[in-house]
Amino acid sequence: MGLAKKGHKTAVIDFDVGLRNLDLIMGCERRVVYDFVNVINGEATLNQALIRDKNCNLLYILPASQTRDKDALSQEGVGKVLDELKKDFKYIVCDSPAGIEKGAHLAMYFADDAFVVTNPEVSSVRDSDRMLGILASKSRRAVDNEEPIKEYLLLTRYSPERVKLGEMLSVDDVQDILSLHLLGVIPESKSVLNASNSGTPVILDEKSDAGQAYADIVARYLGENRPHRFIDDKKGFFRNLFGSK
Amino acid sequence: MSIDSQKMPNSPLALEFKSSTFSVPVLVLCSEDLVVIEQQLKEKISLAPEFFRNSPLVLDMQEINKHGYDIDIAALTDIIHKAGLLPIGIRGGNIQQNKQALELLIPVYSIHSSSVSTETQKQKTITPTPEPTADIDTDVTTSTLITQPIRSGQRIYATGDLVILAQVSAGAEIMSEGNIHVYNTLRGRALAGVQGNTEARIFCFDLQAELISIAGNYKVSEDLDETVRNKPVQIYLQDQALIIKDIVQHHKNHSRNIR
Ligand SMILES: Nc1ncnc2c1ncn2[C@@H]1O[C@H](COP(=O)(O)OP(=O)(O)OP(=O)(O)O)[C@@H](O)[C@H]1O
Ligand SMILES: [Mg+2]
Repeated sequence: MGLAKKGHKTAVIDFDVGLRNLDLIMGCERRVVYDFVNVINGEATLNQALIRDKNCNLLYILPASQTRDKDALSQEGVGKVLDELKKDFKYIVCDSPAGIEKGAHLAMYFADDAFVVTNPEVSSVRDSDRMLGILASKSRRAVDNEEPIKEYLLLTRYSPERVKLGEMLSVDDVQDILSLHLLGVIPESKSVLNASNSGTPVILDEKSDAGQAYADIVARYLGENRPHRFIDDKKGFFRNLFGSK
Repeated sequence: MSIDSQKMPNSPLALEFKSSTFSVPVLVLCSEDLVVIEQQLKEKISLAPEFFRNSPLVLDMQEINKHGYDIDIAALTDIIHKAGLLPIGIRGGNIQQNKQALELLIPVYSIHSSSVSTETQKQKTITPTPEPTADIDTDVTTSTLITQPIRSGQRIYATGDLVILAQVSAGAEIMSEGNIHVYNTLRGRALAGVQGNTEARIFCFDLQAELISIAGNYKVSEDLDETVRNKPVQIYLQDQALIIKDIVQHHKNHSRNIR
């Protein structure tokens, strides 16, 4: 959504076959006719399956199938769909399911860039490390011995207060473990829940902290230089400044 | 036949021969006692079961033949299969052993050291050399350089020295028949001298390892006390004990007083 808002024609593919929810979050679940698996099987054309976003006409969504299992996706089929999309779209975002199984493997296999989204917890960071290992060894670029996938780190559900209390890993802790370029930090925010409940991506909520964090992240990815705004505890800073507690 | 070959130019290329170099563990055998071999093989594998699972293997018969031992290749292969390893070659074998290996569909490799025995030379004449050769790189003197992080779940095996410039994550495993150098943080498992080289050492910039091992002598994270953690150390074997020492040797151990 952020990329499309910046004027780039963008497609989002949901690779979470069987557990589709991208269309829910994007608020287009009631317009799903065909899905990703239909396109791979030749039961529908891409144009029939792609759903144009109601908020932004440069954004299209290719929903996952809810009725098939993950074996319905094949590497060859996914490659074909991506090749076709490439002709028309500037960016193709593949939303990977959690885990290291087939869906995740196919979502990352053809990637040029990868965004690893992690929570500031040891187990989540460890899983991310594992995914990075797979990106570096099992992706098409790795297999064909090409220049490796560019990897970016997104740290989400971040709460500086809880970091201070020692309940959460800090940005530095996570950076230390993963040693990866940090594209942005998304604060823990009620606005995310509101957004997903109402089916409008949080980035459209320009007043929200999480929305702003995502906007910064997109801008940074596109080459803008923006300072990180959500790493430090701003509220705490002012609280301390005014001596109230 | 002739019709087929006429069709050839139109059909897409179905195969291609390429030459490439692999790193494959070599099992050097020094005993003819199959029971002992089986037992020691099991012990070695138990150190890194994940690494050895379905691992290819080249059998090295040089030591056996130097001592004039006799060993049944079929029985040996059986033991190795049972241990979950897959022999993909034999080297340094005599005529009898090589013939047995070929019957088991195990290719025969020549040793590219200067000391080629007359038997193996004779062997060459009856051994079909596959063309082009997939050269199995078992040269112990080569070292492997890695500049990318080794992530959780990744495994690296080097026949010679292993030099890593990036970090080794928790849940990663690096193994070498020689020395291991990690010029970064070592959080995973590091096993040097895995073929029994007790002279092998591990060097790392920041020791936070889950396990360190030299020639099968190991320590787990719990065994590492605070004085050796989070700093540059070297690890070596002395009288079968793992010694962990600051890389920088301070005079009269003054370094301890600073902290
Ligand atoms: N910054 C945030 N603040 C508060 N809640 C959040 C934030 N980010 C995500 N969440 C909540 O976490 C839950 C999971 O988020 P999301 O679906 O993005 O995770 P995911 O990693 O894609 O999960 P899956 O692996 O199942 O695909 C959602 O219910 C969402 O509301
Ligand atoms: Mg998801």
